Amino acid sequence: MTVTDATLAKFETPGFLDRLWRRPGAFFSLVFLAVLYGSLPFVEMIAPYGTETRSNDALFAPPADVNWFHNGSFIGPFVYGTTSTVDLETFRRVYTTDTTKVEKLRFLCSGDPYRFWNLFEMEFHLVCPAEGGSGFYIFGTDRLGRDIFSRVMYGARISLTIGLLGVALSFVLGCLLGGLAGYLGGWIDSLILRVIELLRSLPELPLWMALAAALPATWSPLWVYFGITLILGLLDWPGLARAVRAKVLSLRDEDYVVAAELLGASRVRVLFRHMLPNFSGHLIASVTLAVPGMILGETALSFLGLGLRAPVVSWGVLLSEAQSISAVELYPWLLIPLLPVVLVVLAFNVLGDGLRDAVDPYSN
Amino acid sequence: MLRYAAERVILMVPALVAIAALIFFIIQLPPGDFLSNQIAELRSTGDAAAAAKAEYLRTAYSLDKPMIEQFGVWLGVWEGPRGYSGLLQGDWGMSLEFNKPVADVVGYALGPTIAVNVLAVLAIYLIALPLGIIAAVRQYSLIDYLIAGFAYIAMATPGFLLALVVLIYSNAWFGVSIGGLVDPQYADADWTWPKIQSLIAHLTIAVVIIAFSGVGAMIRRLRANLLDELGKPYVVAARARGIKGSRLLVRYPVRMAIIPFIADIGNLLPSLVSGSVIVSIVLSLPTVGPILVQALKSQDLFLSGFILMFAAVLTLIGTLVSDLLLGLIDPRVRLGQGAER
Repeated sequence: MTVTDATLAKFETPGFLDRLWRRPGAFFSLVFLAVLYGSLPFVEMIAPYGTETRSNDALFAPPADVNWFHNGSFIGPFVYGTTSTVDLETFRRVYTTDTTKVEKLRFLCSGDPYRFWNLFEMEFHLVCPAEGGSGFYIFGTDRLGRDIFSRVMYGARISLTIGLLGVALSFVLGCLLGGLAGYLGGWIDSLILRVIELLRSLPELPLWMALAAALPATWSPLWVYFGITLILGLLDWPGLARAVRAKVLSLRDEDYVVAAELLGASRVRVLFRHMLPNFSGHLIASVTLAVPGMILGETALSFLGLGLRAPVVSWGVLLSEAQSISAVELYPWLLIPLLPVVLVVLAFNVLGDGLRDAVDPYSN
Repeated sequence: MLRYAAERVILMVPALVAIAALIFFIIQLPPGDFLSNQIAELRSTGDAAAAAKAEYLRTAYSLDKPMIEQFGVWLGVWEGPRGYSGLLQGDWGMSLEFNKPVADVVGYALGPTIAVNVLAVLAIYLIALPLGIIAAVRQYSLIDYLIAGFAYIAMATPGFLLALVVLIYSNAWFGVSIGGLVDPQYADADWTWPKIQSLIAHLTIAVVIIAFSGVGAMIRRLRANLLDELGKPYVVAARARGIKGSRLLVRYPVRMAIIPFIADIGNLLPSLVSGSVIVSIVLSLPTVGPILVQALKSQDLFLSGFILMFAAVLTLIGTLVSDLLLGLIDPRVRLGQGAER
């Protein structure tokens, strides 16, 4: 009997990406996150304004409506000009749109100057407000007249990378310590297990807060950033290490591991070259599920004033500025930075679940 | 089983000492300390008597001694110079900021804290259990997707932001202020029916907000666990023998699927005290959480140290209880222990 290709194809399991593609939610999350992370290096171009660009004419300006048609004729994306007055009874700023002033948006234009990657002087933006117009604030502005959309974009750079760096740290520590504990056994195993138990017996959030409070106030923003990353990463590895240890224990006596050992492979090689690939899928999934926790951790710490502080722009910092209830009642768009937080955390969770299912050979 | 329990309890002692050392070290990390700052401030304003009192406190709690001795005194294994006897002997020290014993500061907040968090935990179970079971039983149906959507959104919404939004919009739309445990006008009033009503309203909103963020993860996990169980041969066998619907479900697979959550009791216990910290701050609930944050910020050593220590002790006890419970419920855990020896 000959085996045809068609018969073989029946038994072939679908590839990893195919499996992911069958979970549209996870796939779209992946695309969404890829686009978001891909745009991080080019934030300066995407944001129409700088983080500290203030406009005294546009304090607490409401989100702009983008229109396409003026008096029935097509013009292309534009905003109407606005004039602001202060309501002398409530001291609230009121903006009235002037529907005769058409301010056409400019694309691939020069606007607010910036130092790209802190290296090159540039003025190039994807989109800019009309010259001499009243500005283009798609998410509105804050109390100093700073564009919230631009600040959200710059904040993404901090908030999104802090999660990745923290997870990277916890991943390295978790694999290394968990792998060593499971593979070497003996006193190293018990020592690492004791440390894991110790770290897990400390309540998570209070510990985060205690450590964040311990960061000296004199540190530069960059150091605080790394400090927070370190805190998030150092406290997250025990869970991963336990999972790795359990996997390594179960794989230690497999034939291929014994074979590799008999062929004279070093312990490190056996561990990382032969065993790790066998559960890397599982690891990737759990790492993906750990990122949102870190993003929320940064948001929470900054919100409490224990994490990143004002000149730095992160989502947590932006939200901590929205704490004043009286201000948010009058100017609800101050809460807009909440949306990207929820969307990103949602995407990571959906993607992580999808990945976990996709790497599980027993799921359909 | 008894021997196992005894071993676990004995092992807790070195763990506690290590945790205490870690906590003490972390709290002392920031440069400066509360009393030095205060003394400097009082001296500059010329308040010599108050400065002398702060100086007295400093020697009373050995804060002028080397770190290791401070730690020993705080723990209560080393005698303090003026009768301060330390944690182990039930003297939890003095909150330097509130100028009151730590026991008073924490004790005042403990009631509301436990009330809010116990109710939140109950709410989580009450919401998540049925939803998780329905989602698993009706896998890939419309209702499964709806529940999944709800769970994901609940997971992705940080509780404190939800609290902020609810706070603002309940104020803007209904003119109701939901901050605090009762409406401001009842704050110092006697316990009358309107005050109780106001308490119930505030408590409900706070509990729902806190529970909302916990519900998502639990629904997802319960669904996954239950799906694993539903695919097992014993369920098929039970179906084949004609046991139907909810009877089959509740008797076997649900019981199995809930086992991992018993392991969670270890985490529940400390969260009764330290949980929902940020939501409490946003809603200005009189719980332990905001006190801890304040104490950490002002470097109020004994107050923050005690709260952290308290939460850690509860975690250890919680872990112990959940391990013992697991052993009681799942014979494999028990027998596995026996087989190791």
